[in-house]
Amino acid sequence: MTGYIEKIKQISERLLKEGRVESVIGFRKGSMPMMNEPCIVNKPDKIKDLVWDSNCGINLTNYLTNRKDKICVVAKGCDSRNIVTHIIENKIKREQLYIIGVPCKGMIDKRKAAALATGEITSVTEEGETIRVKGNGFEKAVPKKELLQDNCAICIHRNPVIYDELVGDLVEEQKGINRYEDIQKVEAMSPTEKWNYFEELLSPCTRCYACRNACPLCYCPTCFVDESKPQWVGKSQDHTDIRTFHFLRAYHCAGRCTDCGACERACPQAIKVRQFTKKLEKDCLEMFGWEAGMTLDQRPPLDTFKNDDPEAFIK
Amino acid sequence: MKIVKINKNKWAEGLDSLAGSYSLTGPVKEQGCHNFKKLNKGQLPDFDFLNTKLSSKSSVFPQSEAMIEYNLDETADNHHIMKEVKKDYSKRAVIGMRPCDAKAILLVKMNFDTPDYKDPYWLNAYNATTFVGLACDQPATTCFCTSTECGPYHEEGLDVLLSDAGDHYIAKALTQKGEELLACAKWTEAADSTVMEKKKKEAEGKIVSSVQTDQLKNKVTLDLYSAPFWDDIAFACINCGTCTFACPTCWCFDIQDEVKGNKGVRMKNWDTCMSPLFTLHTTGHNPRGEKTQRVRQRFMHKLKYFVDKYDKGIMCVGCGRCVRQCPVNIDIRGVCDKMNGYEPA
Repeated sequence: MTGYIEKIKQISERLLKEGRVESVIGFRKGSMPMMNEPCIVNKPDKIKDLVWDSNCGINLTNYLTNRKDKICVVAKGCDSRNIVTHIIENKIKREQLYIIGVPCKGMIDKRKAAALATGEITSVTEEGETIRVKGNGFEKAVPKKELLQDNCAICIHRNPVIYDELVGDLVEEQKGINRYEDIQKVEAMSPTEKWNYFEELLSPCTRCYACRNACPLCYCPTCFVDESKPQWVGKSQDHTDIRTFHFLRAYHCAGRCTDCGACERACPQAIKVRQFTKKLEKDCLEMFGWEAGMTLDQRPPLDTFKNDDPEAFIK
Repeated sequence: MKIVKINKNKWAEGLDSLAGSYSLTGPVKEQGCHNFKKLNKGQLPDFDFLNTKLSSKSSVFPQSEAMIEYNLDETADNHHIMKEVKKDYSKRAVIGMRPCDAKAILLVKMNFDTPDYKDPYWLNAYNATTFVGLACDQPATTCFCTSTECGPYHEEGLDVLLSDAGDHYIAKALTQKGEELLACAKWTEAADSTVMEKKKKEAEGKIVSSVQTDQLKNKVTLDLYSAPFWDDIAFACINCGTCTFACPTCWCFDIQDEVKGNKGVRMKNWDTCMSPLFTLHTTGHNPRGEKTQRVRQRFMHKLKYFVDKYDKGIMCVGCGRCVRQCPVNIDIRGVCDKMNGYEPA
């Protein structure tokens, strides 16, 4: 993954110098191990700041919403699917974009790396498929696959689906993966067990809304939880209000979520919020044969009506 | 003030004695994170953390707090009369907060306890609480408390400071409240008073991160306000409330009425200047409608407005929580240095 950066820089420089785009959205090195910061570069002399490695898990499509300029964006598989969704939903025009496609082998989950050490992690470096994690009096080299974000471990669309230029050869897609093992476990629970499971899952939530704000799908000018006239949801730590937020957020993403994992990555409390969106993703796949963001040529199932749409859920 | 030694085999017993007179709160590990929770009978605080996920500000300033209640049923006596919600302000103690969090409580106090205005909810809780700190012998790389007039053994805001010395704790009583707590726990064995000083120096030497704040006061507010770096700093921001909720010094709150049937309650909830709703006027106008304006507000409040208004340093204790928890790695240390070093063209 680290090998892509020179190509990303070359393309960015060329596009900026040719005036083909006004700016480039990518990542710059963060101040913490396993953290890179999304950034916008509009001068060729800032291109040197760009980085690419296994810590670019934030979905950059989130930074494209309603932009009016011509822009170059670095996109891994999931980002590219969200770009497709953005174009379908009129949040950006294809003509505005120059997409640098990054065949992706997955992003590191900083919490999994942190769990390896007793103290603080001070540096993380990657050498191909090996990740070297260092801490105070601690050093360990582990295969990257052990540290992948949960969504990356089960990703079946690592290659970008839409791009203007690729930074490397397409990677082999993962095969024979059951994407829904965890969801099937929840589906098998009794209503009481489900209730308790979700109650426990959401108990650390502080309603910071990082999950919502990291998500490229959540671009409503005013989110329903922020409406004050009328106010749909209370603002306290009332469990019903917390649940309402999470359930409705997930339903708003039905048929649109690409399982990019930005929500889970962003959650400061490490809540597995993908448990909600994945269930809806599974339903969309089973009922409509639909995977979000794979093509510009088809409307998503939840904004179209067909006579043969499944209706078994209507009792 | 008194310095005592608490053998770790007397720790549980002492806490048990305290539980008879105090309601105890301490760090508890749940779902992989340490946070301050009420300690049940016999439950020990878990001190195996760098710092807790959320600060201990919630011990006096809960995220959601009911203040006033009322009944809208017109057939009832006293309907539509606002009544203060009855609360238990008997003695309580927070066990194991970091010194940075204690200093933060004093900074927050400047807002809730002024000559003109006193917040009874905050002050009642504050007055009822004995703050027992746990000195920081292994600070994180994101800790910069020594450049915020604080430190890993800082005493301000604490009633007792504990230091972990292997098989025992050294406890220094810093106030009358602190002495009472130690006496209540029957921790009375005299300790070598020099050990803590030595450990303090060692701990301070382990702080590897710092910020420059010496020029902030001299800067012209409008120069900083119109500095060219804000768009770049704010670009990555997703405008979640993580930094403000995790921050021990963020004190902003919102007041909301929650009504169910005829019963209403007036709540005080943490609010966040990162949210557009924070400044939305009833007219629909929003003076901080853009992301950059909100990001700038947060840093200007902590690093300039507060400095100018109170002359007590910056509104940051260097705990590093916002640095560690920001989903997109916006780092207050870099922003502070930029502001401190800024010269308008």
